[in-house]
Amino acid sequence: MLETVNTFLAARGIYCLVFILFFLAVYGMITCKNYMKKMMCMNVMQVAVILFFLCFAQKRGGVIPILDGVTEAASGYLNPIPHALMLTAIVVSLGTTGVALALLMRMTEEYGSVEEDDLLSGKARKKKEESADEADEAEAEKEAEKEETADVTGKDPDET
Amino acid sequence: MRHDREVLLIMIMNHLPVLAVVVPLSAALLSLLLSRINKNLGKAVVILSLVFAFLDAVGLTAQVLQAEGHLIRYAMGNWDAPIGIEFYVDPINALLACFITFIAMCASIYSLSFLKDREWLQSGGYYTLIALLTVGLVGMTLTGDVFNLYVYLEISSLSCYGLIALGGKRSIPAAFRYLLIGTIGASFYLLGIGLMYAMTGSLNMADMGELLQSQMDNPLMYLVCASLIGAFGIKMAQFPFHAWQPDAYAYSHPGASPLISGAMSKVPALAMIRFFFFIFGVQNLVIVDATRLIGILGALGMIFGSVMALNQTDFRRMLAYSSVAQLGYIALGIGIGNLYGVTGSYLHILNHLFMKGGLFFAIGAIQYRFGIVNINQFGQLHKKMPFTCFTITMGALAMVGIPPTGGFFSKWYLMMGAMDKHLYIYMAVLVLSSLLNAIYFLRVLEKIFIAPEARLADRFDKEARRDGAAAKKHFLEVPAVMLVPIVVFGIGIVAMGIFNSQIVEFVAQTALKGVF
Repeated sequence: MLETVNTFLAARGIYCLVFILFFLAVYGMITCKNYMKKMMCMNVMQVAVILFFLCFAQKRGGVIPILDGVTEAASGYLNPIPHALMLTAIVVSLGTTGVALALLMRMTEEYGSVEEDDLLSGKARKKKEESADEADEAEAEKEAEKEETADVTGKDPDET
Repeated sequence: MRHDREVLLIMIMNHLPVLAVVVPLSAALLSLLLSRINKNLGKAVVILSLVFAFLDAVGLTAQVLQAEGHLIRYAMGNWDAPIGIEFYVDPINALLACFITFIAMCASIYSLSFLKDREWLQSGGYYTLIALLTVGLVGMTLTGDVFNLYVYLEISSLSCYGLIALGGKRSIPAAFRYLLIGTIGASFYLLGIGLMYAMTGSLNMADMGELLQSQMDNPLMYLVCASLIGAFGIKMAQFPFHAWQPDAYAYSHPGASPLISGAMSKVPALAMIRFFFFIFGVQNLVIVDATRLIGILGALGMIFGSVMALNQTDFRRMLAYSSVAQLGYIALGIGIGNLYGVTGSYLHILNHLFMKGGLFFAIGAIQYRFGIVNINQFGQLHKKMPFTCFTITMGALAMVGIPPTGGFFSKWYLMMGAMDKHLYIYMAVLVLSSLLNAIYFLRVLEKIFIAPEARLADRFDKEARRDGAAAKKHFLEVPAVMLVPIVVFGIGIVAMGIFNSQIVEFVAQTALKGVF
């Protein structure tokens, strides 16, 4: 029994760890209430995928794919393609993180919070509007509605 | 001089597949720079590049229909197939690329009126994103390399997040949520292709398909199929993965939402068909199981989406939930998994692109003029906006599946497929979902044509008051740049129905010949 577990872990253990990391990150994305933390979990998930590619590219006794005059057979070299693919994936993950951070900044500007609970209850928005003027809730809601249409159509909401 | 022009033309004809991607990409990169110099220059370069891409895709479709074996394999930079990246063009891909560039072209012209008063940064950035989204979508349809598909998927997704976030205050959390869920989808896709690469050592779709045939009984194939269903399911907003979609579609920028909702979800559906039917092959047991699962999820989505759409009063949210249902039809065709079923799926991808595109163009125009999206305020709208209401009517009839429109024929092929395979439960679901479609779309038509007139704040009145007596009279219900796409899509919905037999015969069935 122990033997089987040992051989399995020796052969496949690293993939198990990678998959645990992947699903741990997905779990984090589901359970975290803070959008910033959600984004960091997203990064962990992307790292897990990158590790997965790097793991299966690994080979016992392989050397980096530069012709050294000693190793002749292709089997003596590591396959560089997974690494190259992951360079692209890292760039993509960098881009995604950049867009996510930009969206979070905009969210902070508009709502004053990146907590999911605040956004869902509308507390963040209300807090902001109360500080601006003592408009009651219905008025504030209407104002927000107007603002939204104005935002997309380029119309001036206060012009009557 | 004449000789030079001929040489140039031949050169363009030889490189049509890649030019459809390269030209909008260059325009996207130039757009912001040129906008800095002159606001209109940045817009013009993107619109012209999209017009070029459309003509290019039309030429490509004509070329592929005449080509030997109805297939063009274009090697990037002359690196031949299994090693280099190739574009794999068959009639299905070419026609979808043609439609995507068409809707992108219309959307870019349509957006002109939304961005009239904006600064150079905003209009330049907006047009950059539109062009990048087109690049991603066209690339995804045409590419024949699995990792290249991932890159295009991310290009289209990232620009799509940006376009959704431009839609105002409420769209930002929607865009962020879509970003998180979309990234999970992309990561699943990477896992799937990583497993396949580990099994075959190839990234080229055709090559990989051949190498995988001997390994189909490998248990890892189940993991691959699960990853791909998760990945494309999330990207196309199939039923259990659809949570991001209603908010994202409803609050996206009204100029871009026809492109996002019309084209963005169809391309992953096509990629799914590519993977399961063209690369893996339906004769394998594991693929039969996987497609059956997709079909069941699709059937559930058809009912769920329609029921949720019944609840909505915001027209855009209603359309978004109806998209969940309509993507269920496409998934159902994959689940049926015979010639008729996949033909139906394919036809529905094209039809739905026109129907949803047209309906989102129409609601964008209503929002532009009256600032409303709630269907309870649509009373007697047909008097104020006759052409827009024509498109809404055509779209609604097509969604329900009334014969002269395209929607009828895709449902017909799905029905025939289900009949052929004796999947009577799917037929019952198809009928039920069509009835639910009828309920919520005819409700909209009732509001437009029968309900009492609603008092609305008209944008034109306001402009007239601001400009004083000198304001010109408006002959058109919305500016011409908006009206033309709306009318074109209204006619397109009917045209798709009239020309469906040609599409099925020359495009879908020629491409599917080798599969079944």
